[in-house]
Amino acid sequence: MAYKYFPHTQADLDVMLGRCGMTSLDDLYQDIPDDLVFKREYDLPDAMSEAEVRRYFDELGRKNVRLTCFAGAGFYDHYSPSVINHILDRSEFLTSYTPYQAEISQGTLQYIFEFQTMMAQLTGMEVSNASMYDGTTATAEAMMMAVSAAKKRNRVLVSATVNPLVRRVLDTYAKFHGVVLDEIAMDGGVTSFDDLKAKLAEGDVAGVIVATPNFYGIVEDYTGWADACHEAKALLIMHCNASALGVLKTPGEWGADVAVGDGQSLGIPLCYGGPGVGFLCTSKKLIRKMPGRIVGQTTDANGQRAFVLTLQAREQHIRREKATSNICSNQSLMALYVTIYMSLMGRKGLREVNELGYSGAHYLAKRLVESGKFELAFPDKPFLNEFAVKTEEDLDMLGTIGALNDINIGVRIDEDTLLICVTEQRTPDEIDQLADLLITPFSTDAEDDSQA
Amino acid sequence: MNNQYYSKLIFELSREGRQGYSLPRNEFVNHNLCDMPAQLLRQQEPKLPEVDELTVVRHYTNMSNNNFGVDTGFYPLGSCTMKYNPKINEDMAAHPDFTGLHPFQPAGTADGALEIYYNLQHSLAELSGMKEFTLNPFAGAHGELTGLMVMRSYHASRGEGETRRKVIVPDSAHGTNPASAAVCGLEVVTVKSLADGTVDVDDLRPLLDNTVAGMMMTNPNTLGIFERNIATIAAMVHEAGGLMYYDGANLNPLLGRCRPGDLGFDIMHINLHKTFSTPHGGGGPGSGPVGVREGLERFLPNPRVVKVSDDDGDSFMIQHGEESLGCISAFLGNFGVIMRAYAYILTLGHEHVKEVGPLATLNANYVKESLKDVYELPLDVVCKHEFVFDGLKDKSTGVTTLDVAKRLLDYGFHAPTIYFPLLFHEAMMIEPTETESIETLDAFIEVLRKIAGEASENPEMVKTAPHNTPVRRLDDTKAALEQIVTYQFE
Amino acid sequence: MSKVIEGLYYSETHEYVRVEGEMGYVGITDYAQHELGNVVYVDMPEVGDEFEAGDEFGAVESVKAASDLNTPVGGTVEEVNDALEDEPGLVNKDAFENWIIKLKLADMAELDDLMDAEAYRKFIGE
Repeated sequence: MAYKYFPHTQADLDVMLGRCGMTSLDDLYQDIPDDLVFKREYDLPDAMSEAEVRRYFDELGRKNVRLTCFAGAGFYDHYSPSVINHILDRSEFLTSYTPYQAEISQGTLQYIFEFQTMMAQLTGMEVSNASMYDGTTATAEAMMMAVSAAKKRNRVLVSATVNPLVRRVLDTYAKFHGVVLDEIAMDGGVTSFDDLKAKLAEGDVAGVIVATPNFYGIVEDYTGWADACHEAKALLIMHCNASALGVLKTPGEWGADVAVGDGQSLGIPLCYGGPGVGFLCTSKKLIRKMPGRIVGQTTDANGQRAFVLTLQAREQHIRREKATSNICSNQSLMALYVTIYMSLMGRKGLREVNELGYSGAHYLAKRLVESGKFELAFPDKPFLNEFAVKTEEDLDMLGTIGALNDINIGVRIDEDTLLICVTEQRTPDEIDQLADLLITPFSTDAEDDSQA
Repeated sequence: MNNQYYSKLIFELSREGRQGYSLPRNEFVNHNLCDMPAQLLRQQEPKLPEVDELTVVRHYTNMSNNNFGVDTGFYPLGSCTMKYNPKINEDMAAHPDFTGLHPFQPAGTADGALEIYYNLQHSLAELSGMKEFTLNPFAGAHGELTGLMVMRSYHASRGEGETRRKVIVPDSAHGTNPASAAVCGLEVVTVKSLADGTVDVDDLRPLLDNTVAGMMMTNPNTLGIFERNIATIAAMVHEAGGLMYYDGANLNPLLGRCRPGDLGFDIMHINLHKTFSTPHGGGGPGSGPVGVREGLERFLPNPRVVKVSDDDGDSFMIQHGEESLGCISAFLGNFGVIMRAYAYILTLGHEHVKEVGPLATLNANYVKESLKDVYELPLDVVCKHEFVFDGLKDKSTGVTTLDVAKRLLDYGFHAPTIYFPLLFHEAMMIEPTETESIETLDAFIEVLRKIAGEASENPEMVKTAPHNTPVRRLDDTKAALEQIVTYQFE
Repeated sequence: MSKVIEGLYYSETHEYVRVEGEMGYVGITDYAQHELGNVVYVDMPEVGDEFEAGDEFGAVESVKAASDLNTPVGGTVEEVNDALEDEPGLVNKDAFENWIIKLKLADMAELDDLMDAEAYRKFIGE
């Protein structure tokens, strides 16, 4: 039976079965009633050699097209420094489990502690957990956290400007968890403060969810929001793009109670949407309501500084149905990913990443608007590196022409609206190429291809 | 392991003015971030480290030396299935034709990715006896939640959404089961286990009425014992109008021998990071695909990947179903993990995947039989992938399961899962997995016997273990009381 | 051997009630604190909350365990022991001195359903 992942020779089998007082592997399954035993061959492909596996993935890889990416909408194409993958490949990190045995897991515990520190710094909050699955589920957890903290109130308000990908997950969790989710209206690309106040006045609100930047790339002004929420005893939850927090006013500075979002923008490859890494940061006061794992600092028997999973009595393996959440893991390796990213970039690097995105995006927006064929969907609103444009052109057709030219032109978010993102990955030539393509689609080489 | 403990934090290596990055020049400087209204920009700079590249590399490399992984040594952590994580899987997941794909990719430019996603769905369905799978859930617990959402959606579609709100969970279940049920808005009812660790059918019977949404079980259960009454239990739950949920955390020993779908389960999740060899990564990313029997596919979460066959052959599409329970993730889950699991299935093929279960079961029984004279075996029966000792046989020494676990670390082994399940005071749950050789198992057995001897001869030494690890036993109380969860900057 | 004090009322879930006039001081027994180990957090209700006998009013957590608190008698919370917020370990130092909530008792007759010191001593097998 020996195969490359099973070391069992026939001699081994004989010794081992003998120790168990058995003569065949079938004896190990005597306790399973015969009519429940699976007797045919699995309908699966034949075993492949390593070279065949490679060829298989190469072949399927050729069915994908590598595109120059101007799409964002929650997933961002930022540069990943080479260092990161080399460290992540260290199998002491890769092949370990949740750090239950702290004495031989200080590596994992230490980087999670660094991650928690960096996320707290980035969001301007006091504490962070050890990471979450992704930004959408982190936001859903924050919603349930608000309801749990409020005890008897179960209504949560969510801004219409929050990414619909997040919104859809909130809708699902709210439906099953028994949360009443109401929308705060949008007014010209930003959340209506008047509508918030009106809805808070209706009472029963446990939490309010807003975004920075919002789905349309707009950086909203939340002056006065925290006070309004706190007067109504509701938690202010802010969904953020981690990379953008390198320069944008932080949830902490806005007075938010919980900061959540996706850390994918901190250099994690797109990888068709996952794995990324979610984060959830909050105040010390709410630490026990926080879902997920937390690493804390302590000392060992020799008095030296060391790290350990802490506040575990909130969790499912002890509290079962009364736990703060059902989550029993984190996105550990991806937390390491962004921790190394932030170590390399530092505050200056993160600032430069944002400056490059800002400059490129504003240059592109200006070119598109000046062509007369596009206008900004929300002309007077500030944006960072992502913006929405409206046009009378056929966006489907533009998308197809883009793909033929190996460009992902952005995400069509409405019949006539395109959401475009520019990161530091996009070169001036690529930006000009996209502008040319969008403005004069049929004067490029694409014309011939698309009509062929 | 290197026990020269490296304890610095990256913040302590930071020196103002150093940098570890290089970025392109900004060619559009006349569009400047300074034009953004000042009240929208952060006032206080984040205290992120300033370090050069080599410092970063050494820092994390040194930290990795304080860690233990499957590649370092034997990791018999019960219920976690710490099998070998094949390297080819890592290479395939890093394939550049896949890593650059954006979820909003124009139609026809991600066909290879969709095909892998679909093929893994299909393979898991075949291996588990389910009709359809979604790979969207990010982890086992997330899969449980998703599966329970399917369960509630099914009852809602029959007008019983509000009345069927009870879910039955055995007292030996993983803690995530009741926690997931609570998140899903279900009420948890516990059913007792018999002395032999299996579900007490007589205790179950009176719980079954028209308020039951379903029952969650893992089989083999957390004691490693196959629930031989499973067909009866499933029939009883179905009779009462409920659905059977299979917690796939313990699927490994069934590969090649049994399929949850054939045991009467309606909904299940699989942990790709357990049974299908994807690395645990220190706690994630994982993946918790959810499968359902025929008739429940329509409730699976959006988006779905479906196959469309026409004259040109097969193609794969992303769809949003009307009756779906909704979205539980932004897109299609942890695609990187999905690629690894599929590489594993291709490597084993139908001829070797069926060997996984029997060999995992053999390894567990071999270790159990080799140690039951010195460790208390409360249930002396054939186990499946794992088994539970209730501490040392000789209780007079005062040496606890925690002490034995910590002493194992001194000998270069990871500890078993301890103090779970809660049915025994000194539980020690051991799961060797099929990828370990007889030599490794013998070495582990020898060490556990040696520790049993040490417990009698020098209990104090065992009670103060570990002695040879990077750090000694930690002060958990201090951590919980002080709650220092971020670096305290000067 | 755990301390059991005469004159208090005890529940099977290891809470005690010390009655003073129409007030009842509710906490966990010495036996319970010993079983839990180092207490690191006490989750307490708010003043004014009302409970019926048997209701869960909070939880005590140690590092690796947590235990729900059930009030042996019904009533309205008059006061919570704020000292436990900063120093939950007080429960370990002296569980009877460091009560958790002070209740205005709703029905004195409920005390009759509880154990006295002798019965509780037997209940915990001492």
